[in-house]
Amino acid sequence: MNLDFSPEELAFRDEVRAFIKDNYPAGVREKINRDALAKEDYLAWHKILGKKGWSAPAWPKEYGGTGWTATQRYIWLEENARGETIPPLPFGVSMVGPVIYTFGTPEQKQRFLPGILSGDVWWCQGYSEPGAGSDLASLKTRAVREGDHYIVNGQKTWTTLAQFADWGFFLVRTDPNVKQQEGISFLLIDMKSPGVTVKPIIMLDGGHEVNDVFLDNVKVPVENRIYEENKGWTCAKFLLAHERSGIAGVARSKRQVEKLKAIAKAERADDGRPLIEDEDFTRKIAELEIDLSALEMTELRVLANEQAGKGPGVESSLLKIKGTEIQQRLTELTMEAVGNYAAPYFRGFPAQGTNDFPIGPDYAHQAAPTYFNWRKASIYGGSNEIQRNIIAKMVLGL
Amino acid sequence: MNFDFSEEQNLIRDSIAKWAAAEYDFDKRRAALKAPDGWRKNWATIAELGLLAAPLPEAHGGLGGGPLDVFVVMEEVGKALVVEPYVQTVVLGAGALKLAGSEAQQSEHLPAIASGERIVAFAQAEPKSRWALNDVSTTAKKDGAGYVLNGQKSVVIGGPQADHLLVSARTGGAERDAKGISLFLIPKSLSGVSTRDYPTVDDFSASEIYFENVALGREHLIGAEGEALSTIEQIVDEANAALCAEAVGTLRLQHSLTLEYTRTRKQFGRAIGEFQVIQHRLVDMFMEVEQSMSMALLATLKLDTPERAKHVSAAKVQIGKAVRFVGQSAIQLHGGMGVTDEMRVGHYFKRATMIDAQFGNADHHLKRYMALSRQAA
Repeated sequence: MNLDFSPEELAFRDEVRAFIKDNYPAGVREKINRDALAKEDYLAWHKILGKKGWSAPAWPKEYGGTGWTATQRYIWLEENARGETIPPLPFGVSMVGPVIYTFGTPEQKQRFLPGILSGDVWWCQGYSEPGAGSDLASLKTRAVREGDHYIVNGQKTWTTLAQFADWGFFLVRTDPNVKQQEGISFLLIDMKSPGVTVKPIIMLDGGHEVNDVFLDNVKVPVENRIYEENKGWTCAKFLLAHERSGIAGVARSKRQVEKLKAIAKAERADDGRPLIEDEDFTRKIAELEIDLSALEMTELRVLANEQAGKGPGVESSLLKIKGTEIQQRLTELTMEAVGNYAAPYFRGFPAQGTNDFPIGPDYAHQAAPTYFNWRKASIYGGSNEIQRNIIAKMVLGL
Repeated sequence: MNFDFSEEQNLIRDSIAKWAAAEYDFDKRRAALKAPDGWRKNWATIAELGLLAAPLPEAHGGLGGGPLDVFVVMEEVGKALVVEPYVQTVVLGAGALKLAGSEAQQSEHLPAIASGERIVAFAQAEPKSRWALNDVSTTAKKDGAGYVLNGQKSVVIGGPQADHLLVSARTGGAERDAKGISLFLIPKSLSGVSTRDYPTVDDFSASEIYFENVALGREHLIGAEGEALSTIEQIVDEANAALCAEAVGTLRLQHSLTLEYTRTRKQFGRAIGEFQVIQHRLVDMFMEVEQSMSMALLATLKLDTPERAKHVSAAKVQIGKAVRFVGQSAIQLHGGMGVTDEMRVGHYFKRATMIDAQFGNADHHLKRYMALSRQAA
């Protein structure tokens, strides 16, 4: 066993670091700080990576992956976190893409994978429904076959960034008369189809990030179904396992720890010394770092298993729980660090073209809203309670 | 020993609850927040209900109540998420006058506060002071019979609504000295006072306030020159006790809303409240709410004793712990709905979170508690 990078891996790290430095669009980074991202900002880096052939490192090479080892992918994530890039959104590259290359027909692969790789097609996820959250298999959105089409009716919710989406992947009920899991199909739906309506849900931080999606007699060609009719649950479970393996967010959390330390250096404790010298606060940062270090090592062990062909398994539930707990703790400590300046609320501030000067330090502006917003992390992608059920059942055999 | 609230206190509680149900429900509150002057009507009602007069002396237009009356008001304020600057005006503004104001100053301001004509905001924190009350850089230099005020105050809650400011400023000593701090109660309209107003994340409003060569008269000074720190410490303790009571109101609501939600939300064919993992979480929340109630009450009842500071800090530590655990649990058990703007529970969560950060968070008060314990030993 050996944790050191080889000379080749170090050379790879230098190469990707230089590539990010030379190619990442600076304007996007500024907009993140102002909480003012537009559709093209989310896609900017994705498109650059698409041209380079680096937008989907985890995919098999034959479908457009990079052929990197697990270690190289780890380095890639680290360097992107270091450069604070907006990575390609997960809905295409990490979610529907792997479902399509795993379960799709050759025609479907040819039709949909290139747009995912290039970033030309924006995907969204139609899974949860108002009555089907943790109990996803109880979903009610109905698809009835009529000749070479399905007619789809129902409502999906928590659909992230659907306001920008070109296509969505949906779980729909095609047979209501069998066991719940056995009557679900996986459909790809053009979001411009007549009968699709997207309505915003405003979050606690005031942001519009998720949506309700209403489907009213939407006509979907049968050729847009992935895998067999009524076998959609297989795709769904496969996708959820994939979603979880990226959810630990170790590299990003490590970057956040660095930022938190920088804030603690700039802020003063009550005794006038830098907050970073405050025993209580430093202890909290240290405890967090230790948790994060453990999670990183655990994730590397899981990746090594995956590399050995064992696939993302139930360990991914562990990564999801611990990863989101750490992310949430980071937002909490960041809010705590900024003291009184956590209170002012400036959404999209400062407005462009005004001479308003900001109130308080820049790093404080999003601290409290991020803490509020990030409570979602222990809820989405299968709540942490559900993840514990999975571990209890699948790992511990309870 | 007697744990009963008085008849008057129960009447106060009922009158606020009735008003809140009729005029301050979630939608009306939201509408008032959006209207530029939406708070004015609410402030008038708060005055009519006698809430401003409740803890003020009878000699100056008050009803002669004490900290427990404030407790009752604030618990209801928490339940209704009232955002008008009650603590700033009544606890801090009137509190400083009661402790250190001259007879003339009390007669001038207290009746106006009781009737709702005068709104006071406490201009105390500064950009680098964090929660240290002795860390004051704003200066009031002697100038003839009066003073000249210069400096910046940050995150002054209620600043946009206030017509008067209670300002801590240095009349002597170095930035962090205990001696040399003075309190001034000044009209916001004085020449040289400028403000920048903004909303806060929990729907209050606040200001950054800048003083540039503001000419003050001797009559603006509250108490002895250079000796204000103990007054400031006391009114901040009183404000913290009031905020703890408010927090208890928000915690109670977060718990009851979550209880209701888990009883009605069905997954896997039954109400999620039937799952043991949910039940235990609800029980842990319940225990934190009760512990918080106990500590908020204890702090309130000890406000007029020598152990005031220690009990207030202890309450703030308990509240800091509870707003995290109860708030985070309330959101978690609501699932995605908990993170949306349309559900009430998230608004309680936001307010409770910000109470922890006001006038010292749990860490700050744990340190203070330990220091006070060491001194006593």
